[in-house]
Amino acid sequence: MALLEVKDLCVSYGAIQALHGISFHVEEGEVVTLIGANGAGKSTTLRAISALQIVDSGSITYKGVDITGKEPSDIVKMGLIHVPEGRRIFAPLTVRENLEMGAYTRTDRRAIRESMEHVFDLFPRLKERLEQTGGTLSGGEQQMLAVGRALMSDPKLLLMDEPSMGLAPILVEEIFDIIETISKQGVTILLVEQNAHMALSVAQRAYVLETGTIGLSGPAQELAENPRVREAYLGGH
Amino acid sequence: MAKFKKPSVYFVAGSLLIFLVIQGLISTGTLNDYWKGIIFWGGAITIVTLGLNLIYGFNGQFSLGQYGFYGIGAYGSAYVTYHWVRGDPAAMVVALFGSLLVIGLYAALAWGLRRFYGVTVKARFTFYLIITILGFWASVVVLVPLLGPMMWGFFAALPEAVAQPLVFFLALISGGMLAGITSFLFGLPVLELGSDYFGIATLGFTIIVKVLLDNTDTILPFPAMKGARGMLGIPRWTTWAWVFGTLFVVIVIMRNLLHSSVGRAIVSVREDERAAELVGIDVANAKILAFVLGSVFAGVAGGLRAHDITFLHPQSFHFIQSFNPLIIVVFGGLGSITGTVFTGFLWIVLLEGVLRLFLPSGYETWRFVIYPLILLMMMLLRPEGLFGTYELPFLRAAHVAKRQAIAQKPEEVPV
Repeated sequence: MALLEVKDLCVSYGAIQALHGISFHVEEGEVVTLIGANGAGKSTTLRAISALQIVDSGSITYKGVDITGKEPSDIVKMGLIHVPEGRRIFAPLTVRENLEMGAYTRTDRRAIRESMEHVFDLFPRLKERLEQTGGTLSGGEQQMLAVGRALMSDPKLLLMDEPSMGLAPILVEEIFDIIETISKQGVTILLVEQNAHMALSVAQRAYVLETGTIGLSGPAQELAENPRVREAYLGGH
Repeated sequence: MAKFKKPSVYFVAGSLLIFLVIQGLISTGTLNDYWKGIIFWGGAITIVTLGLNLIYGFNGQFSLGQYGFYGIGAYGSAYVTYHWVRGDPAAMVVALFGSLLVIGLYAALAWGLRRFYGVTVKARFTFYLIITILGFWASVVVLVPLLGPMMWGFFAALPEAVAQPLVFFLALISGGMLAGITSFLFGLPVLELGSDYFGIATLGFTIIVKVLLDNTDTILPFPAMKGARGMLGIPRWTTWAWVFGTLFVVIVIMRNLLHSSVGRAIVSVREDERAAELVGIDVANAKILAFVLGSVFAGVAGGLRAHDITFLHPQSFHFIQSFNPLIIVVFGGLGSITGTVFTGFLWIVLLEGVLRLFLPSGYETWRFVIYPLILLMMMLLRPEGLFGTYELPFLRAAHVAKRQAIAQKPEEVPV
């Protein structure tokens, strides 16, 4: 049974239909990526899964439970965490407070402390900036904080929306290294990216979204070599 | 001293000192009735404003509804005691046990609704409205004949020195609960709106309350409230001990709430609603909680005020008045309990006390020129308010204290 199973998902913003019945699944332990151009519906898909967006029709099944129409807070409690586009950290709170907010749904203080140590292992920079407010961090550090905050809730499945957006190339590399590390530690990842090249290099499988429908799908390696994908998303080299 | 932390001890000791000094001044007659009234009024306004600070300062929901809830609490508790001192316990039974019954039904309904997903806000609101009406109807029909004589007998058996404060306490609680129930019903659909729209809706609410209070004897079944003529004959039960005690309890409740994880949820909703949702906070719940609790404070403050001036008039709860707590909370510093308490008293003492007395006669209305000028200066020179987000050590959360201790580096603009 797949960890996450999306079936015939339709979402619209007013009169504009953003998703025309897409279906895909994510197996436990995988890194799956959704790639596609601007406006293809990548972020909408993630928002629908984490219940930030109302779904017109279709079903989303997570751990065998239908989560369509649940509250976002219920979904977080099930270990399905969304790292949003544009990071959305709490700017006036310190790094420590941001991380503590990430553990909001948990009560075991010892486990929370362990998670924090784990986040510091992944992002030593955050430990250095522990008492600094989130707003004073650089873009890359904010992205690390956003990922760190998500990890504080002990996720089973991470939805990551454009983690490389607006970052310098060296930081992009760093973020993708982190994604691989997190994945190896047993967290399943559904990754949405414009940087298709990097996304395909870390993912096992990929889906190509084209204006609200799934165009192509398959193992990431295959898609990276597919001439159509190369031309449209990888700059044709 | 091992068990209590220093700031708590200082806070309690300091509060006690303030209480005793003012009590001393009142007992010895140094403070005349006029100044006594000013201080009680300041206390009531401070409690109303603390409620607004919770709603606006900490939860980020701009509200002009405080005076509506203040009015509901004032009229509600006054109606209870008015009838009680005239030998009729029915109002008390409905306001107290009816409210408790309705709150119990709410809890049961909330528990029941948890099992269903996708129940729209409108449907929820309808359910809650129906059980509110049913609850109060049942309390009038069933509870009044059942509990009325029992309650009356119980209080008659108590010595007067015990019975009167207890009745007053229950009346204050009733006023607070009535305000809380109203704010819950109102907030349920309206808090879904964005912040500005919510502000306009709360303004509408305050106007509705004022119009209803104008017509309590005609379209509402409360003849003793006497509509636009004003309600007379409320017992004068408010003392400095009541004002101070209530204020102290409200401050401690707010402080403990804000230091808890629920408090963090409330504050994080202000910072970024979407981000709060993504870390698993039930945003709708956090908003409702802050709004209802803030309104309960306003309702209790209304009860204190009503039993001090003994006369209520709908004009006192005109929506224009709702700007008073708003000005105080911005003036004192949004998100600062210390600032609200200081400014709340300062506001009334300055506006109704000092300026009224020391301006030459005939120039009293110049107060309304002077205070806007002060406000203007304030916004230009210190837009974060007198206290900013400063708190007394007792009221400050440990993690905030640490942040304030760390050198305030100039904020770099993130790229």
